[in-house]
Amino acid sequence: MSSEINNPFASTEQEHRGKKVELLVKFCTLAMTWLLIIPVLAIIVFLVYKAWPALSIEFLLDNPEKKMTAGGIWGPLIGTFFLVLVSLIIAAPTGILAGVYLNEFARDNWVTRFINLAVVNLAGVPSIVHGLFGLGAFVYFLGMDRCLLAASCTVAVMTLPVIITSTKEALASVPMSFRVACWNMGATKWQTIRTIVLPNSISGILTGVILQVARAAGETAPILFTGAMISSRIADSGWDAMVPYGLDDRFMALSYHLYIISTQWQNVPESFKFGTAAVMIGLVIAVNSLSIGFRIYLRARKKW
Amino acid sequence: MSETTPTVDSDFSLRRGIQKVVDFMEPAIVGLIYLCGWSAIIFVMAIFFFVFKESLPAITGIEEIGGGVDAEVEKLDLVEFTTSPKWIPESAKKPTFGILALMLGTLSVTVLSMVIAVPLGLGAAVYVSEFAKGKSREILKVLIELLAAIPSVVWGFIGLVVMNPMIVDVTGEPVGLNILNAGIVLALMSVPIIVSVSEDALRAVPDSFREAGIALGANRWEMVYKVLFPAAKNGLLAAVLLGIGRGIGETMAVLMCTGHSVNMPTSIFDPVRTLTATIAAELGEAVRGDMHYHTLFLIGVVLFVFAFVINLTADLIVKGIKVQGNE
Repeated sequence: MSSEINNPFASTEQEHRGKKVELLVKFCTLAMTWLLIIPVLAIIVFLVYKAWPALSIEFLLDNPEKKMTAGGIWGPLIGTFFLVLVSLIIAAPTGILAGVYLNEFARDNWVTRFINLAVVNLAGVPSIVHGLFGLGAFVYFLGMDRCLLAASCTVAVMTLPVIITSTKEALASVPMSFRVACWNMGATKWQTIRTIVLPNSISGILTGVILQVARAAGETAPILFTGAMISSRIADSGWDAMVPYGLDDRFMALSYHLYIISTQWQNVPESFKFGTAAVMIGLVIAVNSLSIGFRIYLRARKKW
Repeated sequence: MSETTPTVDSDFSLRRGIQKVVDFMEPAIVGLIYLCGWSAIIFVMAIFFFVFKESLPAITGIEEIGGGVDAEVEKLDLVEFTTSPKWIPESAKKPTFGILALMLGTLSVTVLSMVIAVPLGLGAAVYVSEFAKGKSREILKVLIELLAAIPSVVWGFIGLVVMNPMIVDVTGEPVGLNILNAGIVLALMSVPIIVSVSEDALRAVPDSFREAGIALGANRWEMVYKVLFPAAKNGLLAAVLLGIGRGIGETMAVLMCTGHSVNMPTSIFDPVRTLTATIAAELGEAVRGDMHYHTLFLIGVVLFVFAFVINLTADLIVKGIKVQGNE
């Protein structure tokens, strides 16, 4: 920069170098981000490509036959659906009320700190340990035996912390002034929660619950010993095909099905394994898009 | 107070009736809320209690066989349990229960995954939090969340059918199910939590820090490296710890990707077996009340304690930031 007139605003050599470094770093971190994302997108495309020959409505609606070498995945699919449904029925009210407690009732003392710590730790317990817990507590101690209910309870305990955390966050985003106004009208604490706090945070809570659905649907380790089974004869049509498992029946689940056909059973056509994996990923993406949609809706609706 | 509300007859409706009942039940509902609030503590304690309870006969040598009658059973050699690399639970002559090789299996896979995931995760967090703007930032976050949403059994399947042949092709090893395979899969699985926790940590640094850094003539990178990293170092450390916790606890993916053979690892191309995978693979066959069964639960206790310590440490570190921030 050896110009005749000394421009005090001209960038110095060092600043030039700094700009270059900055650009380089920006590029590198961007590359790192994409290095994480590209393999996943590639894998999803690859799975769908390999699964394409098997994917059809029949694949979804038929039961596995001839040692998984023919038919489809209806049994596991509906089993996963019921697993998620029952575990949600257990976990959602408990988790939401726990979130309400932590945000509305809990004072800032050691009990609350203890509960928060427990939530964090519950989320961090390895999934297989949840499975052991389910086996020891629900299957043997409570005498449920291996069944849909025992597996759902296990998954419910596992999914609880995320529901609690997201409910807490959703409730915390409702401004304090809303509550104060309601109290001033003479409403009790529960009336305030029921009529003001919960309706104003419902989308946020639902987002958390939906995310939980995706997680529960994909879990394998907790249901390995608490109720999942390899194949059960279930009806091909009618009511029995829609509700094939009672609460005390063992059941098939997509995740367990994929594990078994990809590691234990021979002669299962490639496209079936890929098909099952693709259906699982498809479900997860669908559920996640739903929760993202909710988040966008929530933001658009928010008036405060 | 509902009883002081002036009641107008025309106001009466089914809805109002239901509301009255609901309000009347308020004490019961508040009690329920308290109970649910405590549920997390109850469950954490219950998990430890039941898993520990099932493993207890192996330690004490006393098994309850119903009707208040206790029976003597064989005790587990705890020294052998922690120091022997031999895990031969179903041997007819002399079953050996040593988890050293399994622990090293878990350790090697977790360490490799962290070596891959931490730099990439931090890089991605820096980009998302400091460089990306608006729409592109949202899209990147959604895509990274997608990584977290893929079920672990699908990751295992990917390791089995996609990574396995790739590793065989590239390295020339006979089998591609080894530490490398599981490490890469696990890295991709634990990256989302690392990215989201470190991004939170970076965003928690007040903008005034950034402005001060820029005002002193730092470029963006110097600002990140010399201002943000030191300021957010606790959060970043917590992110790494949570990633490690995820790695230790992961079951299905490592079960399917590590090759599942008990082995003291010497290179990243060795197949290993992890603590979690051992439980998942063997509990189905172990007879209840058997030594093997109790020992598998004891491994569960070990895993629980590992996870507990890691989460507790991460939580204390994060709380450390909050306290500092208040000052």
